[in-house]
Amino acid sequence: MVQKLDYLVETASQTAGPYVHIGLMPTYAGNAGYYDEEIATSPIADGAKGEVIEIVGSVFDGTGWALRDALLESWQPDAAGKFAGQEGADPAVTGHCRFAADADSGEFTLRTVKPGQVPARGGGFSAPHISLWICARGINIGLQTRIYFEDEDNSTDPLLARIEQRPRVDTLIAKKTADGKYRFDIRLQGEGETVFLDI
Amino acid sequence: MTDLGPLIPRNREAHPPAYDPAYKTTVSRSPNLPLLSMESGLSEETGPTFGHNKLGALDNNLILNWTKGAAPAVGERILMHGRVLDENGRAVPNTLIEIWQANAGGRYRHKKDGYLAPLDPNFGGCGRTITDENGGYQFLTVRPGAYPWPNRGNDWRPMHIHISVYGHSFGQRLITQMYFEGDPLINLCPIAATIKNRSQLDRLVAPLDMSASRPLDFLAYKFDIVLRGRRQTMFENKLEGM
Ligand SMILES: [Fe+3]
Repeated sequence: MVQKLDYLVETASQTAGPYVHIGLMPTYAGNAGYYDEEIATSPIADGAKGEVIEIVGSVFDGTGWALRDALLESWQPDAAGKFAGQEGADPAVTGHCRFAADADSGEFTLRTVKPGQVPARGGGFSAPHISLWICARGINIGLQTRIYFEDEDNSTDPLLARIEQRPRVDTLIAKKTADGKYRFDIRLQGEGETVFLDI
Repeated sequence: MTDLGPLIPRNREAHPPAYDPAYKTTVSRSPNLPLLSMESGLSEETGPTFGHNKLGALDNNLILNWTKGAAPAVGERILMHGRVLDENGRAVPNTLIEIWQANAGGRYRHKKDGYLAPLDPNFGGCGRTITDENGGYQFLTVRPGAYPWPNRGNDWRPMHIHISVYGHSFGQRLITQMYFEGDPLINLCPIAATIKNRSQLDRLVAPLDMSASRPLDFLAYKFDIVLRGRRQTMFENKLEGM
């Protein structure tokens, strides 16, 4: 016998199911006014510093069908690379947003400020990115990924550098479609499958 | 709170695999390629916080919150309570917990739910609260009904409450479901069965807790939640800006 390790085991995940919006986005579920104040409806308030951008995209399944029931959450720092709660962070940036695929088109829109670069563990900087967490019916544990930007220098980003198959780096990079507008599609499976993270 | 050090890597064996053909929707929604594993950084170790000022007084009372206290929901009154801990066994205070569920008849108040069980005019089906300094939380609600769902020929969801927790960092984000002790549908449910480790599934089954139930008022079910922990070591370089 050896001494006992007394760590606990993380609670198992279960799918968020088709009705996740009731709990996390009541207005989207058709229950506007349920709470006096719904949380995470926007990652920025008026006066947020930096460039306001709009990212549009869809979450596609393995057959190429855009999910109508996907719910996404974003987490990011402000334009200077500070996360809410850190000293000097922009008070107008909470950095967290919930948004859902449109029930008819399957398209989502995230309106936010472009994030700054943040220090990476062990030195250097991560290129500007937004962390994403995706849940839906049929997703047993939330999928993590990141949005990078094609008009930023991504060449020294430590996470992108870890992707062995270089063409797959592209799946994490939002394409600029106009000034302040980007396209970012997520492919759950098959050709062009998005790089999902275990961090 | 001393949230230093990287997150303990997720033990994926503790969770359901992405692909499980008995739960048909996973077949086209599961990544085929391996996840990219990496040590956590600021993006995962920081996370959103929510103040008590955002919450209303009835937010954790699903029996009353839909009608703003005007009339109680129909169903078996229950208290759902427990604690949020991390893998190091430490309490996770001041974190947001949100729940959603079907009504006593098994029907959700969602524009997409067309089950023939009726809506309860006095029940909305969602609630939220923030854990106290010991990681404790509670909700007053009604026991949700089981409901059928389109999967195999005759699949039914056991009685369950959906739960969303943040923890203190975005990398701890977790959504799960609480089941009820003694429900025979748990062992027939392909969603519960996505969890391959029986003891991990058992931990999603809340026991009847007579000590916390209130005579002539409600029964209680206890449900503790464990989130990822962080590695505690003196040999850890502090991240710049932390
Ligand atoms: Fe459900």
